[in-house]
Amino acid sequence: MLLEIKNLFRRFGGLQAVSDVNFSVRQGMIKAVIGPNGAGKTTLFNLISGALPPSSGEIQFKGRPIQGLPPFRIARQGMARTYQNIKLYPGMSALENVMVGRHCRSRAGFLSGMLALPWTRREERAIREKCLELLNLLDIADLAEVEATSLAFGQQRAVEFARALAMEPELLLLDEPAAGLNIYETAEVARLIGKINAQGITVLLVEHDMSLVMDISQEIVVLSFGEKIAEGTPAEIQRNKEVIRIYLGEDDAEG
Amino acid sequence: MTLELFSQYLLAGVTYGIIYAIVGIGFNIIYNTTGIINFAQGEFVMLGGMTAISLTQWLPLPLAIAVAVAVVMLIGALVEILFIRWLDHPSVLRMIIITIGLSILIREAALHLWGEGVRSLPYFVGNEITTVQILGARVSPQVLWVIGVCAVMVLALSLFFRYTLQGKKMQACAANRMAATLCGISARNMVTLSFMLSAGIGALAGCVMSPITYTQYDIGTGLAIKGFTVAILGGLGNSMAAVAAGLLLGLIESFSVSLVPLAFQDAISISLLLGILFFRPHGLFGSKDAAALKDF
Amino acid sequence: MKRHLPLIFLVLAVIGVQLLTRATGAAFYLTPLTMAAYYSLVVVGLCLLMGYAGQISLGHAGFFAIGGYLSAMLTTKNLMPLKENSLIAACDRLGLLTHGQDMFGEPFLHMQPWPACGCAILATVVVAYAIGIPVLKLKGHYLAMATLGFGIIVYRLALASPLFGEADGISEVPGFPILPGLAVSGDFSARVSNYYLAWGLVAFAMWLLVNLIHSRVGRALRAIHGAEGAANAMGVDTARYKLNTFVLSAVLAAIAGIFLTHYNGGIGPSEAGITKSVRYVAIVAIGGMANLWGALTMGALLNIMSLRGMFGSYDDAVFGAILIVIMLFAPQGLLGIYLPAALKRLLRRGA
Repeated sequence: MLLEIKNLFRRFGGLQAVSDVNFSVRQGMIKAVIGPNGAGKTTLFNLISGALPPSSGEIQFKGRPIQGLPPFRIARQGMARTYQNIKLYPGMSALENVMVGRHCRSRAGFLSGMLALPWTRREERAIREKCLELLNLLDIADLAEVEATSLAFGQQRAVEFARALAMEPELLLLDEPAAGLNIYETAEVARLIGKINAQGITVLLVEHDMSLVMDISQEIVVLSFGEKIAEGTPAEIQRNKEVIRIYLGEDDAEG
Repeated sequence: MTLELFSQYLLAGVTYGIIYAIVGIGFNIIYNTTGIINFAQGEFVMLGGMTAISLTQWLPLPLAIAVAVAVVMLIGALVEILFIRWLDHPSVLRMIIITIGLSILIREAALHLWGEGVRSLPYFVGNEITTVQILGARVSPQVLWVIGVCAVMVLALSLFFRYTLQGKKMQACAANRMAATLCGISARNMVTLSFMLSAGIGALAGCVMSPITYTQYDIGTGLAIKGFTVAILGGLGNSMAAVAAGLLLGLIESFSVSLVPLAFQDAISISLLLGILFFRPHGLFGSKDAAALKDF
Repeated sequence: MKRHLPLIFLVLAVIGVQLLTRATGAAFYLTPLTMAAYYSLVVVGLCLLMGYAGQISLGHAGFFAIGGYLSAMLTTKNLMPLKENSLIAACDRLGLLTHGQDMFGEPFLHMQPWPACGCAILATVVVAYAIGIPVLKLKGHYLAMATLGFGIIVYRLALASPLFGEADGISEVPGFPILPGLAVSGDFSARVSNYYLAWGLVAFAMWLLVNLIHSRVGRALRAIHGAEGAANAMGVDTARYKLNTFVLSAVLAAIAGIFLTHYNGGIGPSEAGITKSVRYVAIVAIGGMANLWGALTMGALLNIMSLRGMFGSYDDAVFGAILIVIMLFAPQGLLGIYLPAALKRLLRRGA
């Protein structure tokens, strides 16, 4: 098991955002977390990636507990993420944004940076090349020098994707990768996720777009009001009465 | 320590404390409606005193004070209209720097208008040697004026915010600006009003404290820092707590004179500020979660 | 290496100005030029902190003062009464102390400039780390106030403590020999060499800092400034980087303080005051927050003008006005505005 979530709770004052959630993610799989708005999906991601500490419960990554660790430590262990509302670094080009993703795979520090030691320059060149490759993979290599926040939404999405991939993660958390994209772009995203999964990267994604979810996921977890109400293969989830009820309402569940 | 000495320290502490509280409340009013910390808050106090002093040349004391307060309120409104109003979602850093710049400019203007000299308003009752006996200590009746006037201001403010329409409008604006605007409240005017109010109470405090503490062109900065400390200590935005916090700071400073040399007195309030910022930035009475929500 | 092109311009300009002063007999200009160099050192360090790491510091004059005062105190204070102390005796055996006689023939013991400089820098590093750790956890107004508070404490300590000369500060600070024949001092005959020494130091610092901002660390800093949470999530230890940048900028300020103190032969509490700190911030703002060369240019220019008294009694007011005007109209700094766009924006708002 690459990622294990055990009895995870997160409270905000009186609100139980995440309540007794349990599930696991096997190495090499694509798993999706779905649920109506307000179900706690993004909070879950924030808990896993370390942006929020849990109120109680355990999160194990590669067999070691990571709950309560600062995000950068979790990132260095091999977990990358993207954001629902895109958090690119303003004032930096697309390429530079991706190069930040390479931070934990490089070493040049304050002193060696200031002295511009020869090995740091070699390392910079290697970082740059690798990141250009990634931009190429996503078909946005021509936007490398453009300021990141001035790009179109879909392009910004791609840059964030490249940035996460630059970390060479073992687990990739994708927060609504298809939000705001049309059918063709969504299909492209599906293709991309499949491609990186084939390279061995485990993917956990939060998504609303059912076609994407049903298409590429091997397993699905369904959350509602912070609780897990179902887990299983896409086929099982589509038949699950509880799931149908929370998405479509009482009557349709009966039918 | 004798009762007399204790009472002296107590009264000094309460006097200065309530002045700090007024400055702190001034910070809170503007912060509540705009999210801005007005570094120039202390200058309003200085301006109040200085203007009143100049006006006493032509006007009787009560009138001079009233006009001075009105003038400073006008300046407060002008400051808001000229420098704050038309900024478009400025960043916190930008606002900090602008208000610091404003405080410098006002201070330098005061320097060029009134010079470096120390001045003061005449005592409201009696003169420098008149004393009254309170709790075994002999203090100037001005102390009672300071405490009295400031207490009345605090009371008036709390009544204003709780019971008048204008006050409620300002509170609405502070709680949720967008919603307030949708209800037909002019957020911009509320902002100007908050600046005027802060300037006004600062100016009145400046007038009433002038005979005891003297007024000089550069007293603004020190007061602003102490006022900010008080505002933070009580929990930013909470004006009742600012009163308690102000009195606390005043008393700590006052009684510390018996322990450390006077020259280090400022260091005490700064250390308190740093301590609060490092260990409990949401203040003694603030709530951590609530403070985290406010996007300052 | 086109990033270092301005460095070449700097070197040429420095040489050119010196030759110009020689040609026009205006050698007296070298003094404010040298002082401006040291003040600019503080400014570029602050620029790195504010513009790249995105942390405001309203108390940077405090670090300048820590460096200057400690170096001054160690090189002028008579350590004779402490001769028996083991630490002092150890320094003596290592040759770090000077023996001499004062005017009355009494024996005198104080620290040599180099170890004093070392001690001052060490103290700065310790203080910067100690202050930095709690302070950098704060944001926005709280961070500004905390740094302001720090600056005020240093100022109050300098003003109130007899060890630091109270209101008079410390004077009669000896020159600082760098190499045989080359010393940082106010010596008239050494004016030219001091000028080149100061600007050489600035050029070296610029070389280091420009390298830094173009390196992996510089990129991480800009990411922290842009979106700290997202930088952290990408593996950047944001707390450590902010702290190290803070300490680096503090050390630069301290070095400037040390050298300027030896150059001037003394230091006073005003060097630690809020006005100085605010001045540094104003210069960084007008130079363009994240523009090292802009900060240097403005630092040199404005300091020279101020030192030559061009602002008269309005000295402080000028910097206050700069802060307001720049922040209102050109938050990207003077050298960052594109005039037509700025005018358009101004007109649009009026409508």
